[in-house]
Amino acid sequence: MLAPSIVFLIIFSFIPMFGIVMAFQNYIPAKGMSGSAWVGLDNFKFMFQIPDSKQILINTIVIALWKILIGTLVSIVFALLLNEIRVRFVKKFMQTVVYLPNFLSWAVLATVVMNIFSYEGPVNAFLGWFGIDPVLFMASNHWFRPMLVLTDVWKGFGYGSIIYLASLTAIDPGLYEASSIDGANRFKQLWYVTLPGLMPTILLVTTLNLPNVLNAGFDQIFNLYNPLVYATSDIIDTYVYRVGLVQRQYSLGTAIGLLRSVVGIVLILSANKLAQKLTDYRIF
Amino acid sequence: MVSIFPVNFTLSSYEKLLSDSQFWRSFMISVERVVLGLIVNMMLMILAAYPLSKSSKQFRAQKVYMNIVIFAMLFSGGLIPTFMVVKQLHLLDSIWALILPGAVPIANVILLMNAFRAVPKSLEEAATIDGASQWRILSTIYVPVVLPTIATVTLFTIVGHWNDYFSALVYINKTSNYPLQTYIQQLSVDVQNITDPQKLIEYSKISNRTLNAAKIVISTLPLLLIYPFMQKYFVTGIVVGSVKE
Repeated sequence: MLAPSIVFLIIFSFIPMFGIVMAFQNYIPAKGMSGSAWVGLDNFKFMFQIPDSKQILINTIVIALWKILIGTLVSIVFALLLNEIRVRFVKKFMQTVVYLPNFLSWAVLATVVMNIFSYEGPVNAFLGWFGIDPVLFMASNHWFRPMLVLTDVWKGFGYGSIIYLASLTAIDPGLYEASSIDGANRFKQLWYVTLPGLMPTILLVTTLNLPNVLNAGFDQIFNLYNPLVYATSDIIDTYVYRVGLVQRQYSLGTAIGLLRSVVGIVLILSANKLAQKLTDYRIF
Repeated sequence: MVSIFPVNFTLSSYEKLLSDSQFWRSFMISVERVVLGLIVNMMLMILAAYPLSKSSKQFRAQKVYMNIVIFAMLFSGGLIPTFMVVKQLHLLDSIWALILPGAVPIANVILLMNAFRAVPKSLEEAATIDGASQWRILSTIYVPVVLPTIATVTLFTIVGHWNDYFSALVYINKTSNYPLQTYIQQLSVDVQNITDPQKLIEYSKISNRTLNAAKIVISTLPLLLIYPFMQKYFVTGIVVGSVKE
């Protein structure tokens, strides 16, 4: 039964892995992999000499950390709020609405976001009511990152709240009864019963998010950015795409991609170990 | 001037869109891709997840295969080497270039595998005593029992294929063969090369925003239609599939 899957994995996952040798070559398509000259670690040395490389690394980590931090907070708060709704119909309806953006693609949402934040778009019209001059969000190195974080959190917070909602229902109702007999009000219950009950899940999700510090969201940034904001929003993945496929520097692109995925694997494996230690959960 | 509240309601953009042949061509390519991709993915996923869900007592090489699958999930040759393999197989510009490289979605295989593991062993034992083969056990016991998880991965697969714009950007050269999301992505691609802020302001004035908005609405409609029916499954599917014994 496994045979067909293994065959596909060999063709499309394992054979391409041999292409990694390109990272240690000066690969020229006409000469092929066997004819291209070996250059050792030159591609990796060159990578660190590119003036932009430090900025790209900073962009990647800063954007990713903000997305993880704010995304987690909003998801938890939303799950807590949703849990207070007692009318079944309203709760179901809210869930349908907030889970939805997660299933829309950035290719589509980018166009919407660009319109909303455009020079004459609704956001600037709204700011105009308060006498604020229109801002060119899409070209502003000051505003572009917050906009990335905001729109990403908007897209993902509902979906992210599913796991918290599920663990909220697992908290023993007896704890709430006992605490209300002891005279705890709603906020005290939240602080002393609900949040401690959620803690293992929060810990687990945060740990499993660890590898994402290198993953600032290629699809979103690729569809939204332009050369004006490269300084604050060019990330590793978009850079690899431009160097490797647009400028056709195959060797350099592969080398950067290789370094990124090696660091990524180390992060995934440590997250898995850490999660196992902290909460007895294994991803695999 | 765009404001917060809409003015001048009209459906003329949708009328114009009806006669846009490239849009509908891309739409049909996307539909074809979702159907073919779903068939290929679901078959491979179920066939891979079932043996992997067995203990190493029952399926001796389980550990070996599991490691192969995990390794393929964690590590990849990257975009450029994969592109070269697809090119060598002469798949460029064909719809299979969009489906075959991702034929085994490993994250979904693991979700399904965990769901299979949660099925009580006694069901299988009873069926074996009655003389059922493994194929029979899989198709008549395991698949029906984990239906919520299957519905979940079905939704993920449909959404994944429908929303993917990137593989066509890499593997398809002829723009007339682009699936819908790649076609939509290309509408805003001019903006990504603007280097002068003034041009960005001008661009937003000249671009045909109403027509583009109509295209976007039509392109998300299929998802909006299936999503509410799948919702009740994917919440339970995610939670059940993520719990391990």
